[in-house]
Amino acid sequence: MTATELSTTTLREAVALEERPARPSAVSTSLTFGWRALLKIKHVPEQLFDVLVSPVIFTLMFTYLFGGALAGSTDAYIQFLLPGILVQTIIIVTVYTGYTLNTDITKGVFDRFRSLPIWRPAPIVGALLGDQVRYTIASIMCIGLGLLIGFRPAGGVLGVVAGVALLLVFAFALSWIFTILGLLLRTPNAVMGVSMMVLMPLTFASNIFVDPSTMPSGLQAFVDVNPVSHLVTAIRGLMAGVPVTGDIVTVLVSAVVMTAIFAPITMYLYRNRR
Amino acid sequence: MTASPQLAVEAAGLVRHFTSGKKTTKAVDGVDLSIPTGSVYGLLGPNGAGKTTVVRMLATLLRPDAGTAKVLGHDVVAEADAVRAAVGLTGQYASVDEDLTGTENLLMLARLYGFRGPAARRRVDDLLAAFGLTDAGGRQVKTYSGGMRRRIDLAASLVLSPRVLFLDEPTTGLDPRSRNQVWDIVRVLVEDGATVLLTTQYLEEADQLADRIGVIDHGRLIAEGTSSELKHSVGQGAVALRLADASRRAEAAGIVHRVLGTEPTLPTDPYALTARVPDDGTHHVAHVLPALGEAGIEVPEFSLGQPSLDEVFLTLTGRPLPEDDQGSDEPAMEQEMSR
Repeated sequence: MTATELSTTTLREAVALEERPARPSAVSTSLTFGWRALLKIKHVPEQLFDVLVSPVIFTLMFTYLFGGALAGSTDAYIQFLLPGILVQTIIIVTVYTGYTLNTDITKGVFDRFRSLPIWRPAPIVGALLGDQVRYTIASIMCIGLGLLIGFRPAGGVLGVVAGVALLLVFAFALSWIFTILGLLLRTPNAVMGVSMMVLMPLTFASNIFVDPSTMPSGLQAFVDVNPVSHLVTAIRGLMAGVPVTGDIVTVLVSAVVMTAIFAPITMYLYRNRR
Repeated sequence: MTASPQLAVEAAGLVRHFTSGKKTTKAVDGVDLSIPTGSVYGLLGPNGAGKTTVVRMLATLLRPDAGTAKVLGHDVVAEADAVRAAVGLTGQYASVDEDLTGTENLLMLARLYGFRGPAARRRVDDLLAAFGLTDAGGRQVKTYSGGMRRRIDLAASLVLSPRVLFLDEPTTGLDPRSRNQVWDIVRVLVEDGATVLLTTQYLEEADQLADRIGVIDHGRLIAEGTSSELKHSVGQGAVALRLADASRRAEAAGIVHRVLGTEPTLPTDPYALTARVPDDGTHHVAHVLPALGEAGIEVPEFSLGQPSLDEVFLTLTGRPLPEDDQGSDEPAMEQEMSR
């Protein structure tokens, strides 16, 4: 260890700060936190790859194992499966929002932010903005894999981009549920565990893997109201070049409803956390 | 609004409870504080005494259940934002991001405080240089040593040169060198006119830095005063002896009692003997060794130290520190009598 002798003079100069900058705007503060989220992707890229392993396995396994049986050919099945796998992947990535927030709390970073004279929701809004980048990267990788193994969206680039955009809107809204869990639960691993318990039924009891028409009626009823099913149908439509307006509207409405309910709860918990 | 610019921190009847399950703990149970601007206040107490809870309430991180507190005249609840703009906070509860580099952490904070572009960069470079971290700036904080880690935490709370600084156990777990560096930093800040509230488990630390010390136990201030006032209440210090022959301990205790006038305590180690040194000036600690020598009792080890937090506690509360406190029983006998 090199002996770092601190110079009292430099210290004194650094401490005696004459100009005090003006308080930054809510937008600029949120962007700074978004920048932090990007730095975390740069320094801890594993967080991204961890969540991409299972979709890759799912895609390959379902396509080649069941694809022929389910849709006649693997080629036909991948057209059906890929939008669904994309949705599942991104929805699982949203859990990391709660996980990261909880890690910040347990490590004490969170209290540093709360002790700053800034727009209060900024750390959370900024984290969600950063997450959008994470979702985009995950989407690109997921679609890239699909293209490699035969996914040919008829909707073209425009359809794919529109599909991903809709997915990002939904993911943003869904993230608020995980910020709540992140604020309520004690450890990051508990957040992970509980979130997965919420997500498993949402993703599997949906139309991601198969057409629900062969399911028992009770399950079918759940699948039909599950917003994830509507999201998958909407994205399939967009990517196939035949947008289904009804499902798109349902998705947007559920995104607004989720944000309207869960964002205020998050902020309440954030302000009153002990 | 009681306009009292003389006081940087002013608290009256602060109370905070915590409920976990059915159990409610009074973490802070009626604390009053008044800390003059430009001074250092040391809040001394064992783990779980309520030190951190007091600091978190003053730093607006926790709402008091009862009582009021003002920092530089701003109420911590009603004018929380004004308080946040004026204070800096360092401690286990206000940390930097370990995944980011030192530079990135400071740059983020500089931007959050409103520095833009090159000004932010300049501020960060100044801070890194001031805290001896220029070379480490590009490394992730998780690779830092304990001392560097504490310096980056301090730098992070000084981005805006706060007028009031809360340091929650700033040196716990640090080696003596790093601890001295932190102390030097605190002294510079105070010279510059900042007010510092620091919590510590070490009497020596409070003694070194603080103008006034408050001893906190079970969420209550049980004593307050300057370091010398506090020490007066417990005596100047204590001697610790180690005897060559355990069988003569009782006899030695009698002699020590006669010379010092205080009742020695007999630790579980059969060779050891400790006694408080009264500060009334009539009993001289220097007479202990000759008296024992005359009686033919060999004393291979003899040390004299400041009263430990243990002894302060014992004297103030009549009971020793709770068993589960680690770290609070720092060696009381630090200065070997080799002079």
